[in-house]
Amino acid sequence: MIAIVDYGVGNLFSLKSSFDAIGAEVVVTADKAVLESADKILLPGVGAFEDAARKLRHSGLDKVITEQARAGKPILGICLGMQLLFDKSYEYGQHEGLGLIQGSVRPIADVIPKNYKIPHIGWNALAFHKASPIFREVAEGDFVYFVHSFYATECESAVVATSEYGAPLTAAVQDKNVFGCQFHPEKSGSVGLKILKAFADLEGEIC
Amino acid sequence: MITKRIIPCLDVRDGRVVKGVNFEGLRDVSSPVALAEYYSGSGADELVFYDITASSDGRKLFTDILRETASRVFIPLTVGGGINTVEDFDRVLKCGADKVSVNSGAIRDPDLISAAAKQYGDQCVVLSVDVKRVDGVFRVFAKGGRENTGIEAISWIKKCVAGGAGEVVVNSIDTDGVKNGFDLELLEVVSDAVSVPVIASGGAGKIEDFITLFHTLPKVDAGLAASIFHFGEVKISDLKDAMARENISVRR
Repeated sequence: MIAIVDYGVGNLFSLKSSFDAIGAEVVVTADKAVLESADKILLPGVGAFEDAARKLRHSGLDKVITEQARAGKPILGICLGMQLLFDKSYEYGQHEGLGLIQGSVRPIADVIPKNYKIPHIGWNALAFHKASPIFREVAEGDFVYFVHSFYATECESAVVATSEYGAPLTAAVQDKNVFGCQFHPEKSGSVGLKILKAFADLEGEIC
Repeated sequence: MITKRIIPCLDVRDGRVVKGVNFEGLRDVSSPVALAEYYSGSGADELVFYDITASSDGRKLFTDILRETASRVFIPLTVGGGINTVEDFDRVLKCGADKVSVNSGAIRDPDLISAAAKQYGDQCVVLSVDVKRVDGVFRVFAKGGRENTGIEAISWIKKCVAGGAGEVVVNSIDTDGVKNGFDLELLEVVSDAVSVPVIASGGAGKIEDFITLFHTLPKVDAGLAASIFHFGEVKISDLKDAMARENISVRR
């Protein structure tokens, strides 16, 4: 069973539906015991980093997630949920993340040309840097859907894929059992469903 | 490289898809859920559902349809029509919408866009604006294009973007339904005025109209149309093949 962490950030209807569509057992929960008993944890998130990090801390779910991740349970962070996996973010100030992947989150404005629009919104192609089990059915150049203004950096060893937007932006990361997608697999059509299916099907092939 | 987006728009009334020519004389087309699945399968990059229902029964039907669509179609879904309050945002977001488009609601309540952007983020708030030339000036029209608000369109769009609208759908009433191409003059002025994505709407009649749009105005991010897709005059897969041949970046 996959537990989708419900900490009051964003709409989880589409995410839950996408797992339903691939036949994976999924539950939306804020219950620590459910997160502990789940096979895998999915950390979603849209909105502001500071607000989301605060909500995770106030609910105490941050500790459960980091404990479970350190115990080897597969974790997948999506969009802001991926950014929260890192040490810190420089989104309007400086904020601590979960520290499960080494690196930081910075404004894409730091690296993209001035005439590029922010947010980076729309379909962009994946360029792979290393293999990752959740991308085993996905090909170089496949398109996924992005909506973001900040990106993960200083995390070279974890980078699985980037997308070109005037600069290579981190699109997917993995450090052992901790996975992250900057894009929205639940909004990326058949390519996105393949990624979620591969995550749902993960069994002991990581670490 | 980010791709140009092709977006079919489904006007929904009482649970069925309709499309007017110049907003008048609506015609029934098909089931919204079936049409959404068909478009997603044929390469649509995003879908817009526009609720033109007036009654509360119809509104309930609309959210049921939205929920069913979002549980079967996994591409971005924008919802508009009857969005007047932050609570309206909440209502459709809970049913699976990713973005919410505001039109007359933003005219009635100038704070709506900033309030919604604060709560859900700029990326969630789409300004939809119906524009028509009146004595040589671009004016904002309300009530489905029937009422001249007297507001000058370009300054209105800039104000809404400054307030937090993350995208702008520019619908030209002058070209809508005419099928003779997008309103390039209007779109150029809007693209130069704002730095958020601009979606062209109104006037597409054939594949070449999209090619002309993206070649003439590379700053425009997406093309939106309704009836030409619904009636099969333009197939999205053919359109994307043609765009790729013309070196326009598309997802295929």
